[in-house]
Amino acid sequence: MANLVEIRDLRVAFDGVPVLHGVDLEVAPGEALGLVGESGCGKSVTWLAALGLLPSKASVTGRVQLGETDLTGAPQSALETVRGGRIAMIFQDPSSALNPVLKIGRQLCEALRLHRGLTGAAAKTEALRLMDLVGIPDARGRFRLYPHEFSGGQCQRLMIAMALAGEPDLLIADEPTTALDATIQAQILDLLARLRAEMNMATVFISHDLGAVAQVCERVCVMYAGRIVEQGSVGQLFEHPRHPYTRGLFDALPRLFGPRTALVPIPGTVPDPRNLPGGCAFQPRCAHAQPFCQSALPDLLPQRDGRKLACAYPLPERGQGGERQAAREGVFQ
Amino acid sequence: MTALLEATDLVRVYTGRQGLFGKAAPVRAVDGVSLRVMPGETLGIVGESGSGKSTLGRMLLGVDPAQGGTVRFGGTPMPERATPAWRALRARMQMVFQDPLAALDRRLTIAAQIREPLEIHRIGDARARAARVGELMQAVGLRPDQAGRYPHELSGGQRQRVVIARALASGPELLVCDEPVSALDVSIQAQVVNLLRELQREGRRSMVFISHDLKVVRNLCDRVAVMYLGRIVEEGPSELLFARPRHPYTRALISSVPEPGRPLDGRVILQGEPPNPAKRPSGCAFHPRCALATDVCRNTVPELRQTDPEQTAACHHADGTAASRAA
Ligand SMILES: Nc1ncnc2c1ncn2[C@@H]1O[C@H](COP(=O)(O)OP(=O)(O)OP(=O)(O)O)[C@@H](O)[C@H]1O
Ligand SMILES: Nc1ncnc2c1ncn2[C@@H]1O[C@H](COP(=O)(O)OP(=O)(O)OP(=O)(O)O)[C@@H](O)[C@H]1O
Ligand SMILES: [Mg+2]
Ligand SMILES: [Mg+2]
Repeated sequence: MANLVEIRDLRVAFDGVPVLHGVDLEVAPGEALGLVGESGCGKSVTWLAALGLLPSKASVTGRVQLGETDLTGAPQSALETVRGGRIAMIFQDPSSALNPVLKIGRQLCEALRLHRGLTGAAAKTEALRLMDLVGIPDARGRFRLYPHEFSGGQCQRLMIAMALAGEPDLLIADEPTTALDATIQAQILDLLARLRAEMNMATVFISHDLGAVAQVCERVCVMYAGRIVEQGSVGQLFEHPRHPYTRGLFDALPRLFGPRTALVPIPGTVPDPRNLPGGCAFQPRCAHAQPFCQSALPDLLPQRDGRKLACAYPLPERGQGGERQAAREGVFQ
Repeated sequence: MTALLEATDLVRVYTGRQGLFGKAAPVRAVDGVSLRVMPGETLGIVGESGSGKSTLGRMLLGVDPAQGGTVRFGGTPMPERATPAWRALRARMQMVFQDPLAALDRRLTIAAQIREPLEIHRIGDARARAARVGELMQAVGLRPDQAGRYPHELSGGQRQRVVIARALASGPELLVCDEPVSALDVSIQAQVVNLLRELQREGRRSMVFISHDLKVVRNLCDRVAVMYLGRIVEEGPSELLFARPRHPYTRALISSVPEPGRPLDGRVILQGEPPNPAKRPSGCAFHPRCALATDVCRNTVPELRQTDPEQTAACHHADGTAASRAA
């Protein structure tokens, strides 16, 4: 099937400092794609750049294709129709998306007018339906409330309702559950999974919570220092990570079951984009690094099992030696 | 053995406002909490957002005044807040918060910040202090060459280490940590968690560890208390409590934790919204969201009672039969 979105060689620099170094990414219609990696690796910037939402001091190159439409270099007016229309984004910072001085009902109706041309009673009926859909109890009674009169979890639901107003083909959810506690987080993840199934809407789920990603996504991209370093199905990556960085992210997680042992952190910290190490950017923190890694930057290459991998000395393939069992124990306990 | 910290029937009422122009409605943020922390023990506190965890943490150190109840530290009643006796006691109990950048002074080098408590509590002379700062930096995994750096020149994990080093400077017997690793990436979080594990192992230092991350709590804590709407609803040794939660809220909480490899559909997803603390539901505060709720739950507040040798739960249906039916 043709891809819904195709990103090719996307590069972003702020004040001459590159932070995204050529990202290739595609999203199929109806697919759920996860984007993971430590803070600052470029997860948000990738989609902000694709949608033309970065400040003007950012220099962006590459190609972003939405179906037949080329979004690169498209005029702001064209991008505005796409945003909130075919592609909707829920932002990392929830306070930025809901207007604190406007009643919720009014904000929803405005989004419906903008993206679907609905007004008056038709808009109100649809706004109430959306509030129901995302699970706001007593939507009719709460239509005229302000954002601060809802709980954190409810505000997140309302943002999802706003995003759904344009009946998007793609929903980009940037850390939608980070600020919520565990039980509310579970409700939102459940809602996202249900909406995707009901509306056949593709979802990009940006998160640093690997557990949450495993539960909503089919495919995962792992990013490090502005590049994709491993990409594959959730099953492939989570059962048998091959990039030492992917493996490191799993090993660092404490477990809910099994013995309570010391955790296995990834040593060091993410590099400063102004001062990237030579060769592979992960090499200074990598236990598998060889001298070669300091000079050569590995390309993201397709592997036999269908995943893509950018590493000169990856963990062995499934079925080779005892590594498979070890990896399983590392991830599922 | 006597408890290092013993809190009995703590109550904290905030007179907050309802809505923009509404009239003041009192919120019982902490509503009759009792707990004990033994020397060398780590107690975890988990629970929904707004259940009173941070308020309780501050009350345990006497930073937040209590409207009711008592705190005893080392067997004697906690002195009145802001008195000289209380200030002196602060050398023996310290707090670590979530946001390291807010906790640090931007204008001071990290060595100066770690030295500050030694100056406040007049511990040692200049030479002894310098040596102690070096020792502390090494203990938390900071390099000697970082002593002259400023907070903004460090990574998030390194900043949190500075905060912990400063909290340890006066050699406190009790450390209260409120979400100390929540703002950190998993990899850096693991570094700080391991640091806290080492501190536990090295001595008889007690810790109260407040967090919404159940995985981290299970990894670090000997015992865990679960709060719901200002009260402790379950308490027990962490291995047992996580393996065999007795309260339906604890079960939902543990089941909510996303784990790679555990499917979404097997989980207990809580229905309904967290309750409004200003309008506490009658009987058991959890009953409107509880699948097991019966008439007794609507009418009678359940007391914490023993369900297992070392575990207590406040639930009318916490006996084995109802629990296994719901699981
Ligand atoms: N407006 C901006 N000006 C300058 N630099 C920026 C700006 N926005 C992002 N960056 C830089 O770009 C890099 C990628 O940032 P991005 O926000 O995409 O990270 P992220 O992976 O989303 O991290 P997080 O998990 O913290 O949200 C970082 O080094 C960041 O400091
Ligand atoms: N200064 C204050 N004035 C009025 N109400 C307050 C104040 N601080 C806290 N509260 C209320 O007291 C209750 C408990 O708050 P507290 O911050 O202790 O919860 P918490 O369990 O730490 O939550 P979180 O997990 O979100 O940090 C909440 O209902 C909160 O709104
Ligand atoms: Mg981001
Ligand atoms: Mg708190």
